[in-house]
Amino acid sequence: MAAPAATQHGSPDVDAAGQQLFDELIAQDSRIEPRDWMPEAYRKSLTRQISQHAHSEIIGMQPEANWITRAPSLKRKAILMAKVQDEAGHGLYLYSAAETLGTARDKMTEDLIAGKARYSSIFNYPVLTWADIGAIGWLVDGAAICNQVPLCRASYGPYGRAMVRICKEESFHQRQGFEILLELANGTQAQRDMAQDAINRWYAPSLMMFGPPDDDSPNSKQSMAWNIKRFSNDELRSRFVGMIAEQVRALGLTLPDPDVRFNEDTGRWEHGPLDWEEFKEVLAGRGPCNAQRMERRREAHEDGAWVREAAAAYADKQARRAATATEAA
Amino acid sequence: MSEANASATRITPGNALRPEDIAASHAVPPPEAAEYALWLGDDSLILAQRLGWWISRAPELEEDVALANIALDLIGHARSFLTYAGHASGRTEDDLAYFRREPEFRSAHLFEQPNGDFARTIARQFVVSHYQWELYSRLQHSTDATLAGIAAKAVKEVDYHRDHSLQWVLRLAQGTEESRRRMTAGLKLTWPYVEELFADEPLIDALGGAAVRPSSLREPFDAAVAAVLAEADLEVPAVPGATGGGRRGVHSEHLGYILAELQVLAREHPGASW
Repeated sequence: MAAPAATQHGSPDVDAAGQQLFDELIAQDSRIEPRDWMPEAYRKSLTRQISQHAHSEIIGMQPEANWITRAPSLKRKAILMAKVQDEAGHGLYLYSAAETLGTARDKMTEDLIAGKARYSSIFNYPVLTWADIGAIGWLVDGAAICNQVPLCRASYGPYGRAMVRICKEESFHQRQGFEILLELANGTQAQRDMAQDAINRWYAPSLMMFGPPDDDSPNSKQSMAWNIKRFSNDELRSRFVGMIAEQVRALGLTLPDPDVRFNEDTGRWEHGPLDWEEFKEVLAGRGPCNAQRMERRREAHEDGAWVREAAAAYADKQARRAATATEAA
Repeated sequence: MSEANASATRITPGNALRPEDIAASHAVPPPEAAEYALWLGDDSLILAQRLGWWISRAPELEEDVALANIALDLIGHARSFLTYAGHASGRTEDDLAYFRREPEFRSAHLFEQPNGDFARTIARQFVVSHYQWELYSRLQHSTDATLAGIAAKAVKEVDYHRDHSLQWVLRLAQGTEESRRRMTAGLKLTWPYVEELFADEPLIDALGGAAVRPSSLREPFDAAVAAVLAEADLEVPAVPGATGGGRRGVHSEHLGYILAELQVLAREHPGASW
């Protein structure tokens, strides 16, 4: 796909006028659309963010797909399949949104396969029991929703609109995850233990999904100035902690953090220290499943190459046949 | 209908039956109809289990979505048939799916066959969807109202499966040399298991107008399949048929592994609710 706005740069007059309009739109909290002029840094930053988000959806299919064949009831199996399918759908909308900024999906896929692009580190943790499927829905999708609901108002139109639909489906997933844990919490002792163990393992990684603390988050400031990001990492994290601190009581289970409390003075929820060294290790590729997730994606891509080539060759032949038929007529 | 159900199951307009409706209806099938429902339910369950493997491994994201959709439809059909079958013996769909032993399953061998590469999966789906479409388009007129209702919902969905698989047969057959070679090989590996689908078992005689006689589907199936293969410039594979025996509980070597994975967690926690 050609970059829609690629020709707009170059002339100083166009750039100055474009920048002025862009600044006005941002000041009015209005939307930037694909054909509008935009600063290259804005385009680049959004392309990075949206494609990372898309990659996260695609890599995020793997940990849950790990339990499709073993789901313990047919209803749960159907729900899980539908959920992983939704994630593929989210990946598709997001790649489409990113394509409107001028980068082709194939290029983004190549970058992912080559290890040049990032995806959310949370998917580098292993999904060891059925209760993890519940904990992922409740905590991981819950954190994603806290992050993503404000993105529905992101200044870039196609991204904001994609997020509206994604958030609806994510909130569904979160409730399904909570329901899995609720069923386990009300089940046998073994099921209860399984649920608590999953919460213990997913709690800290899900809090770290909001990104590093505000004083250590280099990209946040510019993203907020551009109306892409609306709240800081720590603000969102605090909101999330408050939400799950309430919900965990309904499960009759606990969060593995004795320091969770509501601070009356600041009006914010607080939590205990997080292991940011671990976060950095996983981000740097040294998490439990980084290599495995990348291998699977690469393998699916490479094993599927002959299928994509066949579809393209067939489409070419059909097009040539249609052209010949038109000429003859 | 609760929202939790809405997410997992596509809604079909009209009065088509869903598993939850059947569970609520308490319609009790005669023993022969229950056995027949097991045939059809197990076919769909085992194939859904196979297709579930592809989700996150397909050649394109669009195919992850498509294969997941087909698997979801099949799970839906399986749940309906098994729920109905279970009413004859006071068992739930999950009792039947998770706590029967291998010889108690009634799936035909075709549904148990490995995924292989994408072409082999498509070849299997091509046969299955054409067979199921011929079957359900007749079974929707069954004298058994529940079987008729399940088939009426299923036939609309299987129609899409048929379209999906035949489009891929055409593309793979006429795409590249490699895809043609793989498609041909996939069909050849699949064809030994076609014959079993059309074998009349004694059960069919006992069911009268409630069931569809498998042998009566052979001609329309052959005609539909031959038309697609002719357009793809492929031959109907000339390979000997395998013996089969799935309807009597004699299965391929694959089923044991499929069930081991399907049932492992449920069996670790007997009596638990999920």
